[in-house]
Formats: sequence, structure tokens, C-alpha cells
Amino acid sequence: MIYAILRRFGQMLFVMFGISVIVFLIFFATPGSDPAARIAGRNASPEVLEAVRHSFGFDRPLYVQYGLMMQKIFVTGDLTSFVNRGWKVVPAVLDAIPVTLSLVFGAAILWVVVSVIIGIVAAATRDSWLDKLLMALGLIGISMPVYWLGEVMNLITQSRYHDTWLFSWVPPLGYKPLMSDPKGWFLTLVIPWITLAVLYIGIYGRVLRAAIIESMQEDFIRTARAKGLSETRILLRHALRTSLIAFVTLFGLDFGALVGGSALLTEVVFGLNGIGKLTYDAMQNLDLPMIMATVMYASMFVVIANAVVDFVYILLDPRVRTS
Amino acid sequence: MASLAIVVVIVLSCLSAPLYARWAGVDPFTSTLDAVIHIDGVEVPVMEASTEGLGLGYTPIGPTWELGNYFLGADNQGRDVMARLLYGGLSSLMIAAAATVFTLIVGTTAGLVAGYFGGVTDTVLSRLLDILWAFPIYLLAISLSIVTITAGISIGPITIESGSLWLPVIIIGIVYVPYVARPIRGQVLSLRNSEFVLAAINLGVPGWHILWRDIQPNITTTLIVFVPLMMALNMLTESALSFLSIGVQPPAASWGTIIQDGQALLYTRPLVALAPGIAIALAVMALNVFGDGLRDALDPRSKVQLGRT
Repeated sequence: MIYAILRRFGQMLFVMFGISVIVFLIFFATPGSDPAARIAGRNASPEVLEAVRHSFGFDRPLYVQYGLMMQKIFVTGDLTSFVNRGWKVVPAVLDAIPVTLSLVFGAAILWVVVSVIIGIVAAATRDSWLDKLLMALGLIGISMPVYWLGEVMNLITQSRYHDTWLFSWVPPLGYKPLMSDPKGWFLTLVIPWITLAVLYIGIYGRVLRAAIIESMQEDFIRTARAKGLSETRILLRHALRTSLIAFVTLFGLDFGALVGGSALLTEVVFGLNGIGKLTYDAMQNLDLPMIMATVMYASMFVVIANAVVDFVYILLDPRVRTS
Repeated sequence: MASLAIVVVIVLSCLSAPLYARWAGVDPFTSTLDAVIHIDGVEVPVMEASTEGLGLGYTPIGPTWELGNYFLGADNQGRDVMARLLYGGLSSLMIAAAATVFTLIVGTTAGLVAGYFGGVTDTVLSRLLDILWAFPIYLLAISLSIVTITAGISIGPITIESGSLWLPVIIIGIVYVPYVARPIRGQVLSLRNSEFVLAAINLGVPGWHILWRDIQPNITTTLIVFVPLMMALNMLTESALSFLSIGVQPPAASWGTIIQDGQALLYTRPLVALAPGIAIALAVMALNVFGDGLRDALDPRSKVQLGRT
């Protein structure tokens, strides 16, 4: 087991290193234009360009540049934006983390609970109208662009039906910190949570239904039936249990991907100033140091999150340890 | 099959975009703020002076529900939304299709080479794919877009201008390569050790011949199953990048850029943002259902899944 964990840990370090090299190469070595000009932003003066060249070491070999960049982002944290002159990038990223985590954790709880219920109900009422309806809804959820759904939500809750009893509680867009205003925190996040969860409820509901139906064909289910257990008990205690393995694996993968993908779009639409919004604003200004930092931190987080899921897996499932 | 019909209808209507624009007599790529149209014989300006608030600014005309006559209304620059929707769909479909082809070619080549030749080649390629796989898709796509968006890219003799539709094609194509290459590699690896391939090797058949005659037919079904699901995924990715204004660049339109344009008009003229979203959802849904059916028909054991981002 120790060996399996060490192996996975080594793999994690390797992937982190690989990603940092790829990010570095994209930002510093993409042919086509001068990297100093890209980092300095639009219409930079020659003095600024010269300062960028010097501080990022563009007159030195690539591996020195790589070292300098990693030092600026992770060690000294003194990477500065040139578009918003002198703005320290790393503290801004660290400040935005709680917002993104609030969004992602809340959505994850919602999508797990709802998709487990949907998966069980659909599998139990297999091929009935209810099953078909749930699966069709799931399909619609998968197919909608998440940012568009967010805009539709805004249209409904902020404008068209805001003055009805149904949505009058929805506060204006923006984020309120959990510590100073827990009620405001919760209320502003409800609609973003739902928006973000819809896509994943669709995917997970469908996956869980398929897994339950598959495991209902297994021998141990026949044995359970032969013992005279009730169908409900078989479904909940036997079939669901084995089906949750696939569910948990997927969850580990998606939770990470969520941070770097759909959560970004959701933050933009709902004006939540997390990592995604930070990245988006930087994209509008072509503020490359900021994007470099958010991409680096977010992808490192994703890699670590995936590794943690695998560690838990190794601890829980004896079969994984040996293979 | 109904899903395939929907896909065909969407493709055909988007292909007819230039015809529609000519018939309606509108240019969907230049702003026409002072245009005037006729509704029931009455002259109506496309951009109405705002009556709300301070009376500053203009509100584009709403939907007339009259085909060829600003059917879905106008956007911020007085352009016909219906015509833009069709042109936007054309770019979205073309980008998704071209990116799918790119991914399949690069991914299959990588998977074939890694799986068949093994050894150091396999180790290097597989590690590279592992890294790309672990890299969150949107973050990779954002990084690639933002450095190429202002000045384009030039590698040796190939130069791609900024604003070219090839940029989103290649970026979306690259980020999904591991999703194709990894399963193909696994499949090739097990074929490589199957008896008929070992027999061919021992008979002295050249490597490329085995790849083409013995291995290629066995992975073709998997590739076919990939096509509609990749298309769906690519459409969602393209629209998201365009929405973030790092995909298709103005004046060109795609469904994502139209939603982005419509964001400013969301509360006054919601249809500008709603229509392209519905179009995306419909197209993606049809492609997913079709892809699911295709998989069940051709390759029911495969683990290819829909909607994974």
C-alpha cells in the first residue's frame, strides 16, 4: 500500500512538472510574436518592454526563464501585472480562492444528492414514463451550455420574475463573504449552484442508472433474491453499493475539471469574483501574467485533487493496492 | 434516427445562410444603425431611441416574427439576428467538424504509434498524453488562445493570422487529443499481442502493412463512434471559448459570440442571447442521441461516453 501511494505521489509530481513546463512553453515560446510584448500588454512603452525582458530573463536561456517564472509564481509570489501597473498577481489569486471553492463545493453537494436520487428512481422504475422523463431531462441538462443556462437563470430571477413571490428573495449579482454575511453568502450562491449542478446531475444520473441496471444482472443479486430479500433492500443495499464505485471515480475526475472549466463560466455569468472571473477579466485586458498565475494555480489544484481522490481509493479498495 | 434528421436540418439551414442573407437583403457583418424596415406597410427604424430612463441610447428592434424581415429582431449594432444566427451556426459547425477531424487524425496517429511500436516511443508519448489529460481543458484552451489571439501564430512556413477560424479549430483539436489517443492506444496494444498480428509479424509482413491491413479495420468502428460525440463536445467548447471572446473573433460570428453580444441586451431583448443557446442545445442534444445510438449499434462494449468535459 505504501508503495502504491508513493507511486501515485511520484506520478502527481511528474504531471505537475509537465503542466508547468507546458504553460511556460505556451506563454514564453509560442512562435509568432515577441513574448515580452504579449506579457506587457497592449501598447506598452519601450521602457516597460525592456523591464519585462529583464525581469523575465528573455536574454537568457529557456531553462533560466522557466526557473525565473516558477520562482515568481510559487516562491517569491512577486509576479506583477503590467496592464494594471504594479498589481501583485499572486495575492489576488489567493484572495479569489474562497469564492471559487464556495461555488464548487456547494454545487458538488447538490449534484451528488440530486443525481443519486434520480439514478435510483430511474433504475427502480426502469422503462416507465418516469424513467424516460428523467433521462430526457438529464440529456437536456448535458446539452445546454452552462453559461447560457446561467443567463437564462439571470433573466428569470433578476428581471422577468424577480418581482413575484417565487424569486423576490434572489439578491443582486455578486459575492458576499461567508464569514461576515452567511445568509447573504447562501442566498447569492443558490442560483449559481443550481446552474452549475444541472450539467453534472444529467451526467451522473445517467451513469448511475446504467451502473445500477448493470449490477442488477450480477450473480450476487440473484443470490440476494433467492434469500428472499425485498426488492427495495436489494436495490439500496446491494446494487447501489457496487454502482457507487463508478460514481465516485467519475466524481474525482470531474470535481477537478469543474474548477478549471464550468466554474469559470458560471463565475463570469453571475459576477462572482473568484478565480474564473479573475481569469476572464485578465483575458479582456490581455493581462498575461494574471492568466499565467490563475492557470498555474488552478491546474495544480486539479492535479492535487485528483491525486487525493486516488489516495482515498487506495486506502478503501484493497484491489487497487496490488495492481 | 429522428436525431440524425435534426442534425441534417440544422446543417442544411446553416448552409443556406448566404442565401437567407441575400433574400432578406441584409448584411450580417456590418452595423446598420440607421436602417429602416417596413412592418405592415409602416416604416420602423431598426434602432429605436430609448424611452426608458434618461432616454439616452438606442434599443434594437424586437422580433417581428416575419421571415426575412428581422425575424428575431436586431442586435446592438442593428444587424439581423436571424441572419447572424445562421452564419454563426455555419462557423460553429465548421469549427466543430474541422476540430473533430484534427483530433481524430492526431489522436489516432499518436495512439497507433504508441501502441504498436511500444518501448521508448510509447513511454514518451504516453507520459505526454498523461500530462495533457490532467491539464483542465478550458485552462489549456485559454492559455493557447490568449497567446495567439493578437498576433496569430507562425511555425516555420505556416502562418495563421489572428482572427482566422483555424485558430479555434487547432486549439480545440489539440485539447481533446488525449481523449482519442488513450483509448486507441489501449486497443492497439491488445491487438498488437493478438494471435493474428503475431502471426503476421512472424511471417515477416512489414509494420506499416500490418497497421493498415490488420489493425486499422479493428479501430475504425471506435473512431466512427467518436465522431458525433466529439462534434457535440467541440460545439460546446467552441461556444464557450467564443463566449469568453477568445474563440471566433468579430466581425465573424458563431453561436457563442452571439450569446456574448446578447448579454448586454439580456433584459431588454432576451431573444438575441436565447436563440443561439437553444440552437446549441438542440444541435448538441441531437448529436449526443445520435452518437449514443451509433455506439449501441456498432460498438456496445466501448466505454466512449457522452457529455464528458
